[in-house]
Amino acid sequence: MTSAGEPAVDPAARPVRGGRGLPLTWLGVTPFFVYVGLFLVLPSLIIGSGSFTGKDGGLSLENLSDIQKPYIARALINSITVSIASALAGAIAGALLAYAVATGNPHGVLRRTVTSASGVLAQFGGVTLAFAFIATMGTIGFVTLFLKDHGIDIFANGVWLYELSGLTLVYTYFQIPLMVLVFLPALDGIRPQWREATESLGGNTWHYWRCVAGPLLAPAFLGCTLLLFANAFSAYATVAALITQGSIVLPLVISNLFTSETGRAQPGLAKALALAMIVIVAIVMLLYTLLQRRTSRWLR
Amino acid sequence: MKLSSPVRQLGLAAIAFVLVAACGGTSSAPASCSAKTATSVADCGGIDSLYAAAKAEGALNVIALPLDWANWGEIIPAFKAKYPGIKVNSANPQGSSQEEIDAINQLAGTKDAPDVVDVGMKVMLANTQLFAPYKVATWSDIPAAQKEASGVWFQDYGGYMGIGYDPTKVPGGTLNSISDLLGSGFKSKVALAGDPTISNQALNGVIMIAVANGGSLDDVAKGVDFFKSLKAAGNFVPVKGTIATIKSGQTPVLVEWDYLSAAHVKDVPGWKIFVPANATIGGYYAQGISKGAPHPAAARLWEEFLYSDQGQNLFLKGYARPVRMDAMVKSGRVDATAAAALPKVSGTPLFPSQAQSAAASAYLSSKWAQAIA
Amino acid sequence: MTRSRRVKLQLFRGAVFLVLGAFVLAPIAAMFEFSTRGTKVDSPRTLVAWTNIVNTPDLIDAIVASLELAAITSIAMLVLLLPTMVWVRLRLPSLNRIVEFLCLLPLTIPAIALVVGLYPISRWMRINVSDSILMLSIFYLVIVLPYSYRALDAGLSAIDVKTLSEAARSLGAGWGTVMLRVIVPNMSSAILNAGLLSVAVVLGEYTFANLLNYQNLQVAIAYVGQVSAGTSIAVSVASLLFAFALLMILSFAGRGRAR
Repeated sequence: MTSAGEPAVDPAARPVRGGRGLPLTWLGVTPFFVYVGLFLVLPSLIIGSGSFTGKDGGLSLENLSDIQKPYIARALINSITVSIASALAGAIAGALLAYAVATGNPHGVLRRTVTSASGVLAQFGGVTLAFAFIATMGTIGFVTLFLKDHGIDIFANGVWLYELSGLTLVYTYFQIPLMVLVFLPALDGIRPQWREATESLGGNTWHYWRCVAGPLLAPAFLGCTLLLFANAFSAYATVAALITQGSIVLPLVISNLFTSETGRAQPGLAKALALAMIVIVAIVMLLYTLLQRRTSRWLR
Repeated sequence: MKLSSPVRQLGLAAIAFVLVAACGGTSSAPASCSAKTATSVADCGGIDSLYAAAKAEGALNVIALPLDWANWGEIIPAFKAKYPGIKVNSANPQGSSQEEIDAINQLAGTKDAPDVVDVGMKVMLANTQLFAPYKVATWSDIPAAQKEASGVWFQDYGGYMGIGYDPTKVPGGTLNSISDLLGSGFKSKVALAGDPTISNQALNGVIMIAVANGGSLDDVAKGVDFFKSLKAAGNFVPVKGTIATIKSGQTPVLVEWDYLSAAHVKDVPGWKIFVPANATIGGYYAQGISKGAPHPAAARLWEEFLYSDQGQNLFLKGYARPVRMDAMVKSGRVDATAAAALPKVSGTPLFPSQAQSAAASAYLSSKWAQAIA
Repeated sequence: MTRSRRVKLQLFRGAVFLVLGAFVLAPIAAMFEFSTRGTKVDSPRTLVAWTNIVNTPDLIDAIVASLELAAITSIAMLVLLLPTMVWVRLRLPSLNRIVEFLCLLPLTIPAIALVVGLYPISRWMRINVSDSILMLSIFYLVIVLPYSYRALDAGLSAIDVKTLSEAARSLGAGWGTVMLRVIVPNMSSAILNAGLLSVAVVLGEYTFANLLNYQNLQVAIAYVGQVSAGTSIAVSVASLLFAFALLMILSFAGRGRAR
């Protein structure tokens, strides 16, 4: 650099002492790491070590093998089934809605309303959603009574709202907005030039979707579906407020173990189940991250 | 100096007053009532002294007291009206007996820990070490079999287990035997008021079904099997029965205590109860004062209130049988109209013993989750 | 785009908005309908369920507690996360991956699983530090990390932190001034975004509060729901509208800043 190019004043210099200045610079991130260590890493370690602690305190695998107990295994399978079903339903419906939004005015009111509503409704799980569905489709719900007035009794064979099918429907309600939120950026990445290129090569809509946009969006779509799966699998509040008797899905089994009588018999069981949930969701999220990376190559 | 007679009398009176006040002063100061270790109201220097100490504490933590259950909805305001200055914090109104004990353990040492609990006998007997002995003023009126000798626990009210139902939702309008429940007209209609592994009411419900289904107080397996068949037929709705679910029609048939069914008539007109004649299972709940209660004086004052004639009559008004009933009938202090309105019982009442409840509970711990999964 | 394709697209969009709009709006409409029902089937509409909200002290206490928790958590999140992220960008870029990983880690740990491990820590803190419900905000900070990180990261990427901070420092500013008067005003919409997302998450949180024995808004709604469905649904609608209003404000506030 010539003297003309040198700044008149020295820019902020690194601390001179301590070699590369490590001690002082690291101080800046210490609070964050201390916090994360105490409230994220430590609980995970508690879960991890507790899962392998037997009733007598020694190392044992009995907690994990207890997952084979019929009602726990059934709860796990139910959890996975409901998560897959609601993820697929939410992904397809959400993708359609996202496409309808993406093809509109990018700064329009419609888009802003839909994205805000999606932001709220994606968080709208839990107790409020369960009550909303009871008000809509419960025994004296708005839709139930309306249909009954027109001769259709949707609960002729039993109130399925409190079974797996009802739970899937309720979960789909917050899966759709979540899909809109996470899939919209991918759809925004579609360039009009691709459509023009397809047409100039003689292709029609079918060719466009089958050979161009489809394969490009597939990783994003799949990744978002996996995210929806993880979301439904982890959900607790909604099912706790809707199905208050028994433990039809895994989160309910865990929460029932918090009651000491049932949990005291086997203190490590709750931790083992928590560990199982973490492992499953971690695998799904890993696949999601890999797919996201593939997506970003084309849909920047 | 020669004082005039009225002045001297006034002066003597004033001196006497000051002397008496100085001597008697300590007994009316709240600090003297060591409520934590008091085992009776006398230990605290009388009910007024206890109230003063409770008022100084300022609050009472109760737990799992639904407002529609045995008239807690009137009892709590009556307590607040009689002893103003004590805020009643009611936690987890629909909680189960086990959850009350869990709260004592989990919140130990904090200001939110429950002061008093109202639990089923099985849970009480398994956790007596958590409670401090205390004998209410009307201790002698409580039958010996319904209290623990040193005052660790004492029963408060009870009733009989039955099946409450809304006649408009039940095929035929009446329930005549529990086997009716397995019929096709009961799809998604039958519920329990809780999880029998943690709720005393649900536990007694399963015991009643077991006895009605051919089992006995010692053998609750038939009860579990019945619910398994109920689930298989699609008649068992996996929702905890509460006042809201009754009103909204989610649980038109609910296995519950007779005093609750009687109270539900005002929410669902025509609500009836069916108590099987061959399976009249009775149960009483028990009060206990937590050893680590954050408000020991308020806790003891609460107990005094519950076991007073006013408190016991309020239970009676809630269709529950208060534990001091016999003594109050004898003394004529019972609320006769309320007593006449109690739900009728036709069969021979059976009361599960402590051993039988414990055995049933142990069986359910291992078999219930599987049966209704 | 040819005319027929345009028409087909508009038909498609119309159909999608109609069907999915109905599905999404039905429960919300049903909640309004349910909360204004009279006691008997043919009773006139009434606002009793709504006025009951004010008459239930437990509910009011829980609403206040949740609002306080939301405020404390958002502020604590900004105080913890923003300086850390700025510091990492300026001084320790090698830690960027680790910080990102740690911030997104809570997404892979379901709340119901995490609370199993947090329970002993919560008990210790309840006895030795404080038994106020506001201690929950310490745990809520973990849950809001992923959303806040993404929002703040987007904001930080849009401005050139290095140049801005070096310019400020060269003019003699201390780090406090750099943060408060240079960086923060330049990413105000991202900060607002992160803050409001945190508020939405905290207001809707049930798992931690329920299993750690605290009574926040959602727990109170659940309790009330077991007694009176109408009142609990009225509160649910109110909280939903509140969150929606917050996020609408956010989307309009963020519009002003040109990228």
